[in-house]
Amino acid sequence: MTDSNTETLNVSVWRGDASGGQFRDYQVPVQENQTVLDVVTWIQQKIDDTLSYRFACRVGMCGSCAMTVNGEPRWTCRTHVNRVTQSSSLEIGPLRNLPVIKDLTTDMDPFFDKWTKAGGTHRASRSRNDGMVPVDPASKERMIASEGIECINCAVCYAACDTVAANPQYLGPASLQRAWTLVNDEKHDDRSAVLRAVAAEGGCYNCHSHGSCTRYCPVELNPMKAVAGLKRTTVAKLWGK
Amino acid sequence: MIRPHRSHPLWIAFILHRISGVVLALFLPIHFYVLSLALTDPTALDGFLRFSDLFVVKILETVLVLLLAVHLFGGLRLMAMELLPWTNWQKSLAASSIALGSAVACLFFLKVV
Amino acid sequence: MLNVRLYMLQRLSALVMAPLVVGHIAVMIVAVQGGLTTAEILSRTQGSLWWMLFYGLFVIAVSVHAAIGLRVVAYEWLGVKQKLSALLSIIVFIGLLILGMRAVFAVTLS
Repeated sequence: MTDSNTETLNVSVWRGDASGGQFRDYQVPVQENQTVLDVVTWIQQKIDDTLSYRFACRVGMCGSCAMTVNGEPRWTCRTHVNRVTQSSSLEIGPLRNLPVIKDLTTDMDPFFDKWTKAGGTHRASRSRNDGMVPVDPASKERMIASEGIECINCAVCYAACDTVAANPQYLGPASLQRAWTLVNDEKHDDRSAVLRAVAAEGGCYNCHSHGSCTRYCPVELNPMKAVAGLKRTTVAKLWGK
Repeated sequence: MIRPHRSHPLWIAFILHRISGVVLALFLPIHFYVLSLALTDPTALDGFLRFSDLFVVKILETVLVLLLAVHLFGGLRLMAMELLPWTNWQKSLAASSIALGSAVACLFFLKVV
Repeated sequence: MLNVRLYMLQRLSALVMAPLVVGHIAVMIVAVQGGLTTAEILSRTQGSLWWMLFYGLFVIAVSVHAAIGLRVVAYEWLGVKQKLSALLSIIVFIGLLILGMRAVFAVTLS
C-alpha cells in the first residue's frame, strides 16, 4: 500500500432518525477508485459502528444503497467519489421523499405500496397448464416493455421527483414505469386494470414532466417517457381508440 | 430554489412554465378590468393607455408578452411530448420553445418602443 | 390532484387557446405601433361579431385553464388542502369568466 492516507476527504453524514437529526463531519482517507459506499462503509467500520445504512450487492444490481450525495440522489455503490466532487468534501444524506428510519436508512414501504397501487403486481394471463404466451421479442409492444424492465427499484427517481415531494398521493416514476411495462406485456392478465390504476387519483396525470427521474435513473431508463406513454394510452382509450 | 437535483434543462423549462402561468393568471383580472373601462369610463382607459407610454411600462408589457409566448410554446412542447409519438430530443425542444418565445417578445419590444 | 377529466380539460383549453394566443400576440404587435388609444381599440373591435367570438372563446378557455393551473399550484406549493383548492379553482373560474366577459362586451358591443 502506498501512503495515500495523507490526503483526507471531509465527509458530512446525516445522523438521526424519524424525529430529526443533523449532519456530522468525518475525516476519511482518500483512496484511488473509491465509491461513496466505500466511504460510508469506512466510517461505519473505523469511526462509528452505530452508523446505519443499507446495501447488499455492491455491484449495481440490488437497488438498496441509494442515498443523497451532494444534494443529488445516487446509487452509492456505483458512484465514484471523484465523479461527484471536485473539492475534497462530500455530503451524504438519506434519500428524499421517504421517511427516515435511522441515519442513511429510509423506509421503502411508501415506495413499494405505490408500486402495488399502480397495478405493479404481475398477474399471469395463463396457468401453468396452458403453456406460455408466445412473445415476439421484435414486436412493438415487447420492445416498449423491454425499455423499462431493467428497473432495480432503487427509488432514485422517486427521490429526485419534485412532484412526489409536493403531492403525497402521486405514485411516482418507478411505479408508473412498472405499470407501463405491464401494459405492454402480453403475459399480463387484464392490462386495462393497470390502465385504470394509473388513471386514478394520484396517477400519471399528476406528472409535470420535470424529467428528473430520467436525468437521475442510474440504469439509464426513461420513466418520463413511460409516464407520457401512459397518458397517451389512457387518453386514447377515453376517445375509444 | 435551484437545488442540485433541479439544475437540468427540463426542470428549468418546467419552472418557467409554472411561473409564467401563475403571473399570467394573476395579470388577467387587471387586464380584464382595464378593458372593461372602455364601457364604464373611457377617459380613465385613455388615461391608462397614456400611462402605458412610459418606458418602464413598455418593459413590463414586453415581459408579459415574453411570459405568454414562453407559456404557449412550452405548452405546445408538453402536449407534443404527451400526445405525439416520443422523440429523443426533449431538451432541444425545450430550449427551442424558450428561444422562440424570447424571439416573439423581442419582436414585440422592437415594435412597442 | 389531477384526474383524467381535469387533465383533458387543461389540454383541450390549451389546444383551443394556442391559435388564439398566436392571433392575440400578432394583433398586439401590429396594434401597439404608434401607441394605443381607446378610440383605436374600439374602432377595431366594436360591433364585430368575429372579435366577440374570438375573445369570448378566449375568455372561456383561459378561465378553465387558469382555474385548473392555479388549483395545482395552490395544492403543490401553498399546501392548500385538496377540497379547498377545488373550491378555490371554481371561484377563479367564475371570477375570470365574469370579469373576462365584461371586458369582451365592453370592447365589442356597439
